[in-house]
Amino acid sequence: MSLIHEIDYGTPASTSEEAVTLTIDGFEVTVPVGTSLMRAAAEAGIQVPKLCATDMVKSFGSCRLCLVEIEGRRGTPASCTTPVAPDMVVHTQTPRLKEIRRGVMELYISDHPLDCLTCAANGDCELQDMAGEVGLRDVRYGYDGANHVKARDNGEANPRYRPKDESNPYFTFDPSKCIVCSRCVRACEEVQGTFALTIEGRGFGSVVAAGQDEAFLASECVSCGACVQACPTATLQEKSVIDNGLPEHARVTTCAYCGVGCSFKAEMRGEELIRMVPYKDGKANRGHSCVKGRFAYGYANHKDRILNPMIREKITDPWREVSWEEALAHTASEFRRIQHQYGRSALGGITSSRCTNEETFIVQKLVRAGFGNNNVDTCARVCHSPTGYGLKTTFGTSAGTQDFDSVEKTDVVILIGANPTDGHPVFASRLKKRLREGAKLIVIDPRRIDLVRSPHIEASYHLPLKPGSNVAILTALAHVVVTEGLFDEAFIRERCDWDEFQDWATFVSDPRNSPEEVEKISGVPAAAIRGAARLYATGGNGAVYYGLGVTEHSQGSTTVMAIANLAMATGNLGRPGVGVNPLRGQNNVQGSCDMGSFPHELPGYRHISDEATRDIFEKLWNVTLDDEPGLRIPNMLDAAVDGSFRGIYIQGEDILQSDPDTKHVAAGLAAMECVVVHDLFLNETANYAHVFLPGSTFLEKDGTFTNAERRINRVRRVMAPKNGYADWEVTQLLANALGCGWNYTHPREIMAEIAATTPSFAGVTYELLEKEGSVQWPCNDKAPTGTPVMHVGGFQRGKGKFVVTEYVATDEKTGPRFPLLLTTGRILTQYNVGAQTRRTANTVWHEEDRLEIHPHDAEQRGIKDGDWVRLASRSGETSLKARITDRVAPGVVYTTFHHPGTQANVITTDFSDWATNCPEYKVTAVQVALSNGPSDWQQEYEEQARQARRIAPAMEAAE
Amino acid sequence: MSPDKLAYMANQIATFFKSRPEDEAAAGVADHINSFWEPRMRAKLFEILENGATGLDPLVVEAAPMIRQPKPERA
Repeated sequence: MSLIHEIDYGTPASTSEEAVTLTIDGFEVTVPVGTSLMRAAAEAGIQVPKLCATDMVKSFGSCRLCLVEIEGRRGTPASCTTPVAPDMVVHTQTPRLKEIRRGVMELYISDHPLDCLTCAANGDCELQDMAGEVGLRDVRYGYDGANHVKARDNGEANPRYRPKDESNPYFTFDPSKCIVCSRCVRACEEVQGTFALTIEGRGFGSVVAAGQDEAFLASECVSCGACVQACPTATLQEKSVIDNGLPEHARVTTCAYCGVGCSFKAEMRGEELIRMVPYKDGKANRGHSCVKGRFAYGYANHKDRILNPMIREKITDPWREVSWEEALAHTASEFRRIQHQYGRSALGGITSSRCTNEETFIVQKLVRAGFGNNNVDTCARVCHSPTGYGLKTTFGTSAGTQDFDSVEKTDVVILIGANPTDGHPVFASRLKKRLREGAKLIVIDPRRIDLVRSPHIEASYHLPLKPGSNVAILTALAHVVVTEGLFDEAFIRERCDWDEFQDWATFVSDPRNSPEEVEKISGVPAAAIRGAARLYATGGNGAVYYGLGVTEHSQGSTTVMAIANLAMATGNLGRPGVGVNPLRGQNNVQGSCDMGSFPHELPGYRHISDEATRDIFEKLWNVTLDDEPGLRIPNMLDAAVDGSFRGIYIQGEDILQSDPDTKHVAAGLAAMECVVVHDLFLNETANYAHVFLPGSTFLEKDGTFTNAERRINRVRRVMAPKNGYADWEVTQLLANALGCGWNYTHPREIMAEIAATTPSFAGVTYELLEKEGSVQWPCNDKAPTGTPVMHVGGFQRGKGKFVVTEYVATDEKTGPRFPLLLTTGRILTQYNVGAQTRRTANTVWHEEDRLEIHPHDAEQRGIKDGDWVRLASRSGETSLKARITDRVAPGVVYTTFHHPGTQANVITTDFSDWATNCPEYKVTAVQVALSNGPSDWQQEYEEQARQARRIAPAMEAAE
Repeated sequence: MSPDKLAYMANQIATFFKSRPEDEAAAGVADHINSFWEPRMRAKLFEILENGATGLDPLVVEAAPMIRQPKPERA
């Protein structure tokens, strides 16, 4: 193994389909029109010296190192800014060029410290490389005189010198090493789209500055690291490299945070992870990352990580460390006892959307084949289960229709109930890039999210609807499309059921669904609804991207179907640039759903009642499968309280913190006799566990994750599991302790079983993934290298199905006791329940959950920014600090749920989606009042958690 | 699974299928419950139905004959 060196072509690829042939250094090269000379040379294998150019950003032409000579043209043009032309004859190395380049390098080096041996970038410095490449042997100008390098000159303070900025927890900014190539500034602008960096001053006085010349941490920098990656010197440098030195080998793997599924090079020294560098060939992220993926991996070594199995009789006992054998034998005997005593259906399992496809597949196999029932569910229950139901009903399959590249061809984006700059940051950067190129944006969200208005981005429409009125708004948009004749009749007649369309068209055309009527329900002005509908229907390629603000409602599934209706009616399906795109929360939530994690479905979304499908698995597994749907998570908890559900195996999932109505979850868990938690940490659910099986991180195992675009990406092991076993091995040990007799020796064998049983995965093998990098399912005989865009030419189910989507107001209503509506969400630097990110330096950005409240509502209650407030609903109450902001409308409050101390889910209720039981997190009627600090419940909870986490000291061996 | 909660869930399903044509509505409710409800949940629903269908939407009652009776559990 060695480091993975990706070629830097210097400038971005041209997308032109027209080709040009020219000659560079005697070689004939054919490249697309619009390609730079620098890139053409690189494609021919010739690297022109460069400093300010890199292929992640547009050419800039400032360093004057990449000069070339062109026959028949005067002067020495920069190869990065000169486009190719037919029959050009180019020379990249001539006596004149050599002399100029040395001169340029002399000037650079005369204002750069010569501490190469002790510099963190030693060996990984482009300035150093270029000095070598141009043959720099002398610096005629010396190192004295005006400079940015020395803090003091001749005893005097040097006004040009700026000290190192170490405010960011993950990287340093050392202006004394800066060569002002502007790569960081351009990366922040073009790749990330934050515009946090700039060049201050002019000429020799030019310096890079963050924000209003502030410390990085104080500026609007989002710490994505694109600038660090772009920096050719040690000016912007990872602290991990400063501390540990450079990596020596790398493997490509997939991030384990959100559903974007970015590809990274995990750069290692021995078994130590030195840094994560986004992989340019990664088709989801194209070389970009966010603060979580690039930097927040420290949890893997956190002191809280549990590395030994533990058991206890009662949840009030301290934990006792035991051997793997004892833990597994104990679990198996408890599970057998429970089934003997209470029946076969008294057990269940929860698969993890954090774990690999292979791991979730065998957890559902353990439940179906080992436990002999279908009581298996996954965290998608609480996030995208309505997507599964809604898209399967309308299109025939439960997945987003596009790849992320599709956004580059989109003209109008509707963004509903999603906040990508926080939740899916790398997709947000790709979206922002397209918006800066002129695409239009419609935001449907109760909050004024960043994308409504931020540097160089402004939504054409923001529809700040009242939480819970999604269906009404979407039907009103459809009303405008139909009544104004903006629908795509040819598309509908060809691809959808025309009769169903007509029924639906009659329904949406009813005056009660008009924007004017819906304004009364949603609070959104009718003119804005009409304008948005017209823009989406007539603005070119229209794409819908949505998140949990759509699904986590009583009418979540109805909303998904309303989105599908709208896309079908406007013909926005089946080609690049359009589609219906759920932004998935967790890294492998798509995969865990695909792998049969739902209690009614076998892998590949095939209902458990289907005999032919059961037959495939029964023959292979040599068991009889139960043909009845199993319990969903909320039903399991209900059944536990009722006494008929007694034991559960939970892999990588913290239901106590992430599921609604915490007290009900706690009661359900407390009622069980054997709760097995398989996780990295003693999470909140583990407070109610009897067995703890330590888990492994994504760095410690092989497998695959499937991201929001159905892309199956490899996860590659870069270090041995610190707990001894990868998670798939632990599940297999448990299955074998129960007598299943499995003998997988590598996850590739599990993938082979998935492919053999699941038509949409039929063509997937590790060899194919090695060759292609990644594939998007369906991947089979019809699509041997996968399917970037679905429903091309026709829908998976045959004809697209229009479904009537009657708006039904949620029963969660405001009233005198609870006059405000609470909605919940995420923040960039923290991830979900925070089990990982709270154990990294990301806490400097978000150390606690805050309640966002409008100044009007705050004023009425005498609340000032930073005050402790009590947040109460009919389910419970908690306390947290207020943040006063007009991002939320009057009447609406908002909080994140990353911190267990806040326990926002004490507040959320047990209302759920009618079709899937997906909880209604996004609407809770609440009251807010000043308080003195944490509530009694929070204090009791903290004490209970502290007691529950005690680990008994190991027994001393007798002498 | 309190009877109230189950009745509430069944009624939510009925509310959605009310927007279907009349001849499909009850079948839609039954099909949904057959597809997604575990036998224990269906058994509880039948208990509610036998005890006077208290709190149940008339469409759920209409769908009842089409809802599958849970089988006794396999050993």
